[in-house]
Amino acid sequence: MNPFRIHRGRVAPLDRVNVDTDQIIPKQFLKRIERTGFGEFVFYDWRFSADGKKSSDFILDEPRYQGASILVAGRNFGCGSSREHAVWALADFGFRAVISSSFADIFANNSTKNGFLTVQLGEMEVAELMRRAREMDDYNVTIDLEQCAVRDDAGFRATFPIDEFVRHCLLNGLDDIGLTLQHEEEIAAYEARHPAIEQTSDLRPRTSDLGPQTSDLRPKTSPTAEV
Amino acid sequence: MTAQRTLFEKIWDTHLVAQPGGRSPIIYIDLHLVHEVTSPQVFEGLRVAGRKVRQPLRTVATVDHNVPTEPRGTPITDVIAARQIAALQANCREFGVRLFDMDSPEQGIVHVIGPELGLTQPGMTIVCGDSHTSTHGAFGALAFGIGTSEVEHVLATQCLAQQTPKTMKIDVRGRLADGVTAKDLALGIIGQIGTDGATGHVIEYAGEAVRALSMEGRMTLCNMSIEAGARAGMVAPDETTFAYVKGKRFAPRDAEWESAVNYWRSLPTDPGASFDKVVDIDATQLCPFVTWGTNPGMVAPVTGRVPEVASLKEADRRATELALQYMGLEPGKRIEDIDVDRVFIGSCTNSRIEDLRAAARVAKGRHVSPKVRAMVVPGSQSVKRAAEAEGLHKIFLEAGFEWRESGCSMCLGMNPDILQPGERCASTSNRNFEGRQGRGGRTHLVSPMMAAAAAIAGHFTDIRNWKFQ
Repeated sequence: MNPFRIHRGRVAPLDRVNVDTDQIIPKQFLKRIERTGFGEFVFYDWRFSADGKKSSDFILDEPRYQGASILVAGRNFGCGSSREHAVWALADFGFRAVISSSFADIFANNSTKNGFLTVQLGEMEVAELMRRAREMDDYNVTIDLEQCAVRDDAGFRATFPIDEFVRHCLLNGLDDIGLTLQHEEEIAAYEARHPAIEQTSDLRPRTSDLGPQTSDLRPKTSPTAEV
Repeated sequence: MTAQRTLFEKIWDTHLVAQPGGRSPIIYIDLHLVHEVTSPQVFEGLRVAGRKVRQPLRTVATVDHNVPTEPRGTPITDVIAARQIAALQANCREFGVRLFDMDSPEQGIVHVIGPELGLTQPGMTIVCGDSHTSTHGAFGALAFGIGTSEVEHVLATQCLAQQTPKTMKIDVRGRLADGVTAKDLALGIIGQIGTDGATGHVIEYAGEAVRALSMEGRMTLCNMSIEAGARAGMVAPDETTFAYVKGKRFAPRDAEWESAVNYWRSLPTDPGASFDKVVDIDATQLCPFVTWGTNPGMVAPVTGRVPEVASLKEADRRATELALQYMGLEPGKRIEDIDVDRVFIGSCTNSRIEDLRAAARVAKGRHVSPKVRAMVVPGSQSVKRAAEAEGLHKIFLEAGFEWRESGCSMCLGMNPDILQPGERCASTSNRNFEGRQGRGGRTHLVSPMMAAAAAIAGHFTDIRNWKFQ
């Protein structure tokens, strides 16, 4: 995972509340089996017409917000589906962080696993950033995870709360699977105390549940077909 | 000295593996459910890192999101969907994970088959790469949705590092009236506390109306917890729970059953235990609800109207205007005057046998309006067989409903079941987000009875006024 320490970038305002993950990355793009390549589809239904042509009026496509790497949005950002594809799409599009007054839990969790920062500020502070991003040309802010602070060149200063462990992982780009596996002894001890389900009930696979099944019901198309 | 603890706290404490200083607690995961959409990247990650699935026997997979609901022999025409399903099949074989595949008699929506197979049990920790994992909380389990990175974490370690959530009690006093269902209770709660009303919290649903719910009703209620922003929703286990679990394929048996039930009886929240937040709901004031907007908190009684925008606060006004514009609705329109084009009865919220019985009761001896296309999608093959054994499929077919194979279907439209632009749908699913059921599609969330009634009437109608055969 890429570390996140200090990032300065252009701000794009998305003045909507309850932006759900279905909006961030619509379902038709969830069928990919890779983690990459989602960026061009971010906010697809808002950015493109049904026939795939770019509609001109979506804020992210305005020339002055090109290259933006910080999104500021209304409260409860990322609600709905658990799809991590939403974070992948935002990151792949070029964003490093979203600033909002609140985030849905799963989206916030998913962000931390991808070196992507969710910055929680007060509603007034978010409104002020939104106003500045709309009214000022080439509006940039600095997000400083070392100081837990957001600042711009025009006197805006705010601090944000973040879980200390999450901050530590983001600052250092740590893979938390590795961190958990440092507790192998405790996990093994737990498993010894709590026998696996198959020892107390019939959780062993039946032969019919595993291995190759009857071939005539498999998908007929080739598994290696191109996307 | 043991402090009085909540149901959530008891399960959390039992599953604590380690509490490293300065880090999130590490909890053990008893059951990990896997489906085709949020898993391919994960198995690739394991392969790259040279990791294996730590506990294949605590991991169970099925295909649900992408599967067509046409008869099972029909080839999958969506090449990318077929590729994703094939990837899960190959990954399950390689990593030794049990898969209830498309041809399995036990295939179904992951949140329907977990309980009906008896995999879901009280006191467990259960995760799945799907936000509606909260469904399993109906059994007094701690069950929550996770993203793909956390799916990989659980496969590799059978654990998760999690910040401790806050607790919220939703106390539902009194009884629900006839025609007012668990779905209406869920919509009523979300309408009251909002779609972020429970963010950061694990909800425990309590009170007379919750105790009176069947397991199916409790699953519907817990399923919708995520729509209020909750980390999870739970109902304390009781005799209703035990009766449901007993005899299921993976449920404990004989002496183990006795000891399991004894343990489960110790789980309910101790009297006097405190919650971070308490919400009171008066069940007797609830009625059948219909959503009018583009999130599940935008809800009105069936006897009510779409809100007048002018009366709203500035912040809500803009969101409401956008929602009404998308939904093609005028402010102040009577809910019962809204016509529907499509009806969808299904999804992990409302596709269980009891839901189908309720809808069939409404459909019996009646006919779907000629301008409506209505489909019933059972949650699992097992639900489908049970419904057919009771003759429910005949009632639906004779009334003009389509009777289809099991899967997530039009809840999220990843398979061919989608709305066309501008089509309006009465749906028993869980999300009325823009484009959720198909680009430009307009979703109104309702209970199964209300959906069946809308199919017949061609518009929303108050089920409480209907007479049944």
